[in-house]
Amino acid sequence: MLKYRNRLGKKQFLFCSCILKNNCSAYNFKKVANLKSPNVLMFGWEFPPFNSGGLGVACEGLSKALASSGVPLTFVLPFKIPISAPWCKFVFANESSETLDDTQIRKLFSGYQSHSYFSGIKKYGLPEFISGDLIERVRGYAKAAPNIARKNKHSVIHAHDWLTYPAGIAAKETSGKPLVVHVHATEFDRSGSDSVNKDIYNIELEGFRRADAIAAVSEWTKKKIVNKYGIPAGKVKVVYNGIEFSNNGAVIEQNLGRLKQNGAKIVLFVGRITLQKGPDYFVSMAEKVLAHEPNTFFVVSGSGDMEGEMIRQVASRGLSAKFIFCGFLRGEELNRVYKAADIFVMPSVSEPFGLVPLEAMISEVPVLVSKESGVSEILASALKSHFWDIDDMADKVISVLRHKKLQNHLSVNGREEVKAIHWKTAAESLISLYNSLDNAFSMFLLPSAPAFARTQVSDF
Amino acid sequence: MHQPLRVRKYRIFDVGQNSSYFNDESGTNLDNKAIIEKVARKCYLPANSVLLENIKNNPEFKVSFSISGVALEQFEKYMPEVIDSFKALVETGNVELLSETYHHSLASIYSPEEFESQVGLHRKKIKDLFGVTPSVFRNTELIYSNEIAKMVEKMGYKGILAEGADHILGWRSPTFVYKPTGTDNIKLLLKHYRLSDDVAFRFSQRSWESWPLTAPKFADWISSHNGNGNTINLFMDYETFGEHQWEDTGIFEFLRYLPGEILKNPDNNFATPSEVIDRYEAKGELDVPYYVSWADTERDLSAWTGNDLQKEALETLYALGKEIIHIDDPELLEDWRRLQTSDHFYYMCTKWWNDGDVHKYFSPYESPYEAFIAYMNVMQDMRLRLDTAQKNQEHDVSLHKVRPLRFSEV
Repeated sequence: MLKYRNRLGKKQFLFCSCILKNNCSAYNFKKVANLKSPNVLMFGWEFPPFNSGGLGVACEGLSKALASSGVPLTFVLPFKIPISAPWCKFVFANESSETLDDTQIRKLFSGYQSHSYFSGIKKYGLPEFISGDLIERVRGYAKAAPNIARKNKHSVIHAHDWLTYPAGIAAKETSGKPLVVHVHATEFDRSGSDSVNKDIYNIELEGFRRADAIAAVSEWTKKKIVNKYGIPAGKVKVVYNGIEFSNNGAVIEQNLGRLKQNGAKIVLFVGRITLQKGPDYFVSMAEKVLAHEPNTFFVVSGSGDMEGEMIRQVASRGLSAKFIFCGFLRGEELNRVYKAADIFVMPSVSEPFGLVPLEAMISEVPVLVSKESGVSEILASALKSHFWDIDDMADKVISVLRHKKLQNHLSVNGREEVKAIHWKTAAESLISLYNSLDNAFSMFLLPSAPAFARTQVSDF
Repeated sequence: MHQPLRVRKYRIFDVGQNSSYFNDESGTNLDNKAIIEKVARKCYLPANSVLLENIKNNPEFKVSFSISGVALEQFEKYMPEVIDSFKALVETGNVELLSETYHHSLASIYSPEEFESQVGLHRKKIKDLFGVTPSVFRNTELIYSNEIAKMVEKMGYKGILAEGADHILGWRSPTFVYKPTGTDNIKLLLKHYRLSDDVAFRFSQRSWESWPLTAPKFADWISSHNGNGNTINLFMDYETFGEHQWEDTGIFEFLRYLPGEILKNPDNNFATPSEVIDRYEAKGELDVPYYVSWADTERDLSAWTGNDLQKEALETLYALGKEIIHIDDPELLEDWRRLQTSDHFYYMCTKWWNDGDVHKYFSPYESPYEAFIAYMNVMQDMRLRLDTAQKNQEHDVSLHKVRPLRFSEV
């Protein structure tokens, strides 16, 4: 009965779109949309392939999905970099200056790094405007924002993370349009503790207060915004990230492949080696796993300020022979390592979302994620532990290594599950958020699907 | 009626260190004692007192129970007053007790010998506690097939219960008594699932067009079947009364007024399963070559054996059993049987949509994987115990063999 109703609903929707097509050609429709439709002025900090972390990936995924839903979008970046993303128009805050080269860019991006880590950065031949202190650069970005807001017509402003909040606020002051701030991480997540950088905290707080609406990447992050910044829960909407699904067709990494031929198991850690990511818990867990499954290797991909500390811990526990540090990997190299992994572990102390487990799942690797992560809220075919519960993590890892059936189940079902976690859902959620601020966005809203699935018991 | 002995969060580090699998004392959903106390307070005690009152007010009212041995054992241990209240009900003569497997197991599917042993254990338990011997059988979760009917007939039962699933009935109605294919005397009673589920599942569902369900309304639905059948079999979890449907939904009022409302129509009466079987001839033969159950929308075994994790756990369990039954170690045997309870496998179910929600509601674990991991760790410990027991037994045998040689002792 229920299913029948769904089908009817869909039919009605198809019928509507037929009328549209009869009245005007597809081309005309697009033209009208561009002329009259509301649009978004989006402030970002980094953009792939010039990114240091998940912030850039999220900006790419969201802007692309919004564009494919028909939302016209201008994407603002602080520095001129050679990007070509055909789905939106790019504007650079330092338009006048020259495009940065690759080495300059690499030294520049620090979206997810802690402030202190980068404040001592030397000039490295960067143009004056961008070589200074990170906070100065954030302020510099804001100074350019009013001009950008005047030149680019928009109906909503959308700013990603604290680095862009001052720019977003400045744009709002100029155009008077509503501001959405998007929280990919808070200072509490980055610092992994309660001792946060005051300046950054204040910038975040100002952004949350001045925003007309806040998008948070998880309930976990929303809770932080409400509890640590005193923002009313009603102002914060959870918009989960997505991931673009593409098969991992890589060949297994050679050396790891050889180990596996000898019956060894591979447990994988991928991420920056910082306090936030819980590398120390990973080492403690490894020790417990090895006591029961001695033919296991722990592969660590990533770098960060705790790398040295992690290596020392491994050595002092006498586990050096069982750890493989392979530095920061991405793309094909990382895909080849995924191919070798028996299980991926993300013991993050505080993870606003966490895209990496989704990558692992695409590669058919079973994942164990900490309950202190946003991504754990949306995963079913995944194992979950508290980051501090070493016994529980070790127990789960050993179980996956021992029980082929469990491993297969998680890898097959995980891969299927991650297919449904796409950016389109995030974009739809954002459009309805924009629409609550400016109802002209209703033209991009899909007719709401009838509430199906998840009904208690079933229809008899 | 059933309460399993839930396996605690038994970790790999416990294997070989301790073998207490069921003693969670956290007060959470894994704490068996806490659950027995809670459900007794919310359901068994108040529901029993409503039924006792009903029998006093309407001496024609009949009801029957199938109570698992594992549940009875836990009542004796944690809440003996529950046993007393059932004794009071049985003493009225209006209450029939049915047979089932002591451990509420899937042994009917995996091991006919073990199935028979567990049915025997349950008969004995019922006889010891209540002084009666059941003559009608209901299998775990109403799991049924021609084969099961044959086994049960061989054990001397005159009747067996099953789900009145559409796919086994076809055009036929569950309101008649049937004869299972391949049997001679045993009769089959089928659950009227629509009317049963109206109470068990939909009673408090506000989105249901018939909400709120009242006793007169339900009695009307029952009466509307008159002239079109012999019996309406309402089978449901006893926990429906007060646990699945909370007291504030009015479920106890419904239960209190229902017998009177039904008996207002002189064509209606109440009967226990064995009375129905004695009273009516089988209307026809029902061929059920494949297993049916009352679980989920599929009404098959997929709730317990649908995924690879469940299959792995079951295979490991019954493989151990082949060796355990040759070892004289009552504790090991008893633990093995407790680990056969169907609920352990139900918790490992990964059907996420629709039925998945029901599984989640009934599961004390955070995920099916937690259930599998704890269970398989227990299996590893059982393996170690079995190995030790086997070694000891060999040792005893060899000692016994050398003994006659010690002339000095003679």
